[in-house]
Amino acid sequence: MTVAAQLDRDWQRFTPLKRLSRFAFYLFAVLALVISLRTIDVIPEFLYDAPDQMTDLFKRMWPPDLSYIQPTLQGLIETLHIATLGTIIAIVLAVPIGLLAARNVTPNFALNLFAKFVFVTSRSINSLVWALLFVAVFGPGPLAGTLAIAFRSIGFTGKLFAEAMEEANAGSIEALTAAGASRMSTLLLGYWPQIRPAFWSIALFRWDINIRESAVLGIVGAGGVGVALDTALNLLYWDQVAVVLIAIFVVVVLAEIVVTSVRTRIL
Amino acid sequence: MQGQVSPLASAAPQGDDSRALVLRGLRKEYRAGQPVLRGIDLVLPGSGLTAIIGPSGTGKSTLIRCINRLVQPTSGEILFRGQDLAKLSGRSLRSARRRIGMVFQEYNLVERLTVMENLLCGRLGYVPAWRAWLRRFPAQDIARAFDLLDAVGLPGFATRRADALSGGQRQRVGIARAIMQEPDIILADEPTSSLDPKTSVEIMEILHRFAAERNIPVIVNIHNVELAKRFASRIIGMTGGSVVYDGPPQGLTEADLKTIYGGENWME
Repeated sequence: MTVAAQLDRDWQRFTPLKRLSRFAFYLFAVLALVISLRTIDVIPEFLYDAPDQMTDLFKRMWPPDLSYIQPTLQGLIETLHIATLGTIIAIVLAVPIGLLAARNVTPNFALNLFAKFVFVTSRSINSLVWALLFVAVFGPGPLAGTLAIAFRSIGFTGKLFAEAMEEANAGSIEALTAAGASRMSTLLLGYWPQIRPAFWSIALFRWDINIRESAVLGIVGAGGVGVALDTALNLLYWDQVAVVLIAIFVVVVLAEIVVTSVRTRIL
Repeated sequence: MQGQVSPLASAAPQGDDSRALVLRGLRKEYRAGQPVLRGIDLVLPGSGLTAIIGPSGTGKSTLIRCINRLVQPTSGEILFRGQDLAKLSGRSLRSARRRIGMVFQEYNLVERLTVMENLLCGRLGYVPAWRAWLRRFPAQDIARAFDLLDAVGLPGFATRRADALSGGQRQRVGIARAIMQEPDIILADEPTSSLDPKTSVEIMEILHRFAAERNIPVIVNIHNVELAKRFASRIIGMTGGSVVYDGPPQGLTEADLKTIYGGENWME
């Protein structure tokens, strides 16, 4: 065997260039860590009395002011409504845009790009910022919160719907096309059965997220339990803050349980 | 090529020519200047089972997909039932497609639907989308589907989900779905390539039976030369995007196979 042939049979997982770039990446990561550690500005005085501050805060929270349960529950019901209605509106808007984004359903680059632009816009603006925007348009209240949740969720749900559609088995679609099915029939009997589990999974997951997100929208006046939280915080009634926080915690856990059990049933 | 084809065309059974298929100068280039089909001229009679054999990548699949326009031919004519299929688009293409049944190598069922729903998918060219969505198919379609399930040997499978079936069972559903279309022709693209030898024979028997009983011409792409010879009344050998053999199965010699597949060691 010649030397050249011997060299050809020398197998390594990475090419020298790949090795170099991997090393460069590790070096960069370590450097970044060192530099960031050196620039953390912790004021020592704050750190020293942190334990006292924390115990003080918990002492003020205990015992929770049970008389505050009434406004908290009202706020919570509003929060659930905001989250649910917001999710439904988001899905209604995200499905058609998701169809435009899926490259196999809409083989048009300009339309795909437009849909992706809508998704990025929706996702890159925080729900609190969406809420501020809608409070400015419609005034404070749950309507602004609902729309904020809806617009924030379009990007998330739409992007995932589009991906689910792109993963649908192309063969089944081809078979329906070959049978002379219209576009609508192909969507309803070819794509929909294939993406149905993903669809419900995405919708429930987003509803779960939206319950948490809508709980704080009241801080900018967009309705829900956040209004009760904001009031209590501003008045420094920590025993009332405690009631609201516990209530939110319980609802988030309950939502989690509901979503998990429903999801195992539909999948 | 034309000279080789014409005698067979005239030998086609008279009276069935309403379902005859004529390809003229059919050409397909996925990339400009690299033809996969180099001007195919064929006259396929309006009955019987025709097998297309040839090595992988020789354009058999492309040829069959050009006929129902899953692939757009670059040039040429596809004459069927008084229309040039190559020129159709939109609604007229859809209504031409619903009379062309297709059977696939990977069955291409909608996995999460039941067997009955998959069969009814064969009616999507006839039934409006909203009725299909609500599963309100005409009663005679449902009755037909039950009859076809019996005919392909799957009685009692109507409510089973497609993803719970074996390969052979799925292909039976695939064939039944194609017949649901009340097709004037059936295209089968490697219908047995994913199946074991015994099931392959059963599937070919079903296709052969439908071709004979219902007088539907069937065109089958197939890799297995023995199966092709056993079931086809006519064999078309392709290589490099051209037809190099066109005749009865008895006439297929070792020399022909050598021309089609190249080399000879594999034949031993």
